[in-house]
Amino acid sequence: MSISHAPPGPSEPDISDISKSGAAQPAPPDLVPIVPLSTRRTRVPRWLRRTSGPLLLLALWQLLSSTGVLSPDILASPGTIARVGGNLIADGSLPNAMGVSLQRVAVGLLLGTLVGTGLALVSGLFQIGEDLVDASVQMLRTVPFVGLIPLFIIWFGIGEAPKIAIITLGVSFPLYLNVYAGIRGVDSQLIEAGESLGLSRWGLVRHVVLPGALPGAMTGLRYSLGIAWLALVFAEQINADAGIGFLMVQARDFLRTDVIVVCLIVYAFLGLLADFIVRSLERLLLQWRPTFTGR
Amino acid sequence: MATDVHGPVTLQKGATAQQTTATGRPHPTTRASAVRVQGLTRSFDGRAVIDDLQLDVRPGEFVALLGRSGCGKSTLLRILAGLDRDIEGTVLVPRRKAVAFQAPRLMPWKKVWRNVLLGLPGKPERAAAEQALTEVGLTHRANAWPKTLSGGEAQRASLARALVREPDLLLLDEPFGALDALTRIKAQRLVGELWRRRGCAVLLVTHDVEEAVLLADRVLVMDGGVIAYETQVDLDRPRDIADPRFAELRAGLLERLGVDTVA
Ligand SMILES: Nc1ncnc2c1ncn2[C@@H]1O[C@H](COP(=O)(O)OP(=O)(O)OP(=O)(O)O)[C@@H](O)[C@H]1O
Ligand SMILES: [Mg+2]
Repeated sequence: MSISHAPPGPSEPDISDISKSGAAQPAPPDLVPIVPLSTRRTRVPRWLRRTSGPLLLLALWQLLSSTGVLSPDILASPGTIARVGGNLIADGSLPNAMGVSLQRVAVGLLLGTLVGTGLALVSGLFQIGEDLVDASVQMLRTVPFVGLIPLFIIWFGIGEAPKIAIITLGVSFPLYLNVYAGIRGVDSQLIEAGESLGLSRWGLVRHVVLPGALPGAMTGLRYSLGIAWLALVFAEQINADAGIGFLMVQARDFLRTDVIVVCLIVYAFLGLLADFIVRSLERLLLQWRPTFTGR
Repeated sequence: MATDVHGPVTLQKGATAQQTTATGRPHPTTRASAVRVQGLTRSFDGRAVIDDLQLDVRPGEFVALLGRSGCGKSTLLRILAGLDRDIEGTVLVPRRKAVAFQAPRLMPWKKVWRNVLLGLPGKPERAAAEQALTEVGLTHRANAWPKTLSGGEAQRASLARALVREPDLLLLDEPFGALDALTRIKAQRLVGELWRRRGCAVLLVTHDVEEAVLLADRVLVMDGGVIAYETQVDLDRPRDIADPRFAELRAGLLERLGVDTVA
């Protein structure tokens, strides 16, 4: 990297100047090779490197279980859990529960995205919107949304509505905050450039403001997904008669730690899947970004 | 937003709206000026950065604007571009005008060719962008992301974006300021050539006296909020830096700018 910061122009390196004018020849400096990336990089493919961490964890777990350090009452071994999981899939209860839960998250996420981005657009694009919306949202977001569950049950009954409402609420705030910050963070020089090119107000929003706010929106989406799963767990543990949370409550009543762990793993995998989707979206939508990508 | 500011920028004071039939591309001779500024004043917090300034630019004329840092050159250019309308006085500019800023200001989320077409009315074809990019020697980079362009390439893309609008007035704010010496000479040649081919009026803000004398028909020096000095450059093109008249002009301008020259 530092090589590119050499002084511009056809200047000679300092060394030659010294040797021309100086009386004593200085000792030549030690030279170190710059190792090219291709030889330095390990040949392990990226996906393998990414999965090796969880796999190691799993192996450790199995080791602790089979040596008896971890008793089955506290935590079942991975082998048992795999078998229980297989049974749950075979009798259809797990796929069923997953379907119900996924649908709840999807609907809640969709509604939350609409509400969060909608409000962020209103307060990000218009000063009057900011004055009207932002203060209220900032106030409401400090209320722990989980605490609203009892109220939602009274308002919406015990069907799907309170569960979806909780997810919607949880999802809206991080999206609002990040999209709003994204909009307000758009470089004013680019806005000016757009204006000078003759873009209309809507054109500015579409071609400059919204693409500029996209990185913020993606961050918001990540947070939202995390919160969506969280809200789902809370929502499904009260008054649910289907879904992964329901499966967990049932298992708790029968002291089945293995089923609980299966459900937790399902949550984890769904979370991983969601993260994968966002990552892919980011790779697709943010490929223009001139940012640091890690080494 | 910007589309409604063409023609007179604002007429807050002395609203003597001159005729400027800037529809289509009128022949240079049918119009007296490409820019007409009278009694322009722009203040920031009560301090007049531009103070009762007069300026006329003929159609097709290449004008360079010099001046000490902070004297208000960029402010004037932004006013002419219609980006700053908090002004008093009369400012008349052509409807078709384009700006290239010191930083290229390409939208990082649009491929180069989409940047070039951005803001054009209707649904312009990609071919139009490619033609403009060819003019600045960037055909092969049409499909690149701006982040992959070199500094000079980005600046040329920005120039192509200005040119594709077929402006009657091209406003350039230190467009070569960030370029290295060699790229800069190439870019100067390019601008000179494009100007000759297009025949639009150009207002070039620069710090480089040599660049001003090399390219411009007329060099203005801004000071104290007005055009304090101007000189016609009557040298034949292409101009030779070694020409004694060139050196004479340059020395005169440097003196005006407050730089002592060793003759
Ligand atoms: N938005 C602003 N608010 C307050 N003062 C400003 C603003 N914009 C410019 N100025 C002031 O107006 C003066 C002229 O600024 P301008 O950018 O036009 O200078 P310039 O001649 O282009 O200088 P340079 O050659 O360094 O680019 C400066 O003193 C600057 O501080
Ligand atoms: Mg400036």
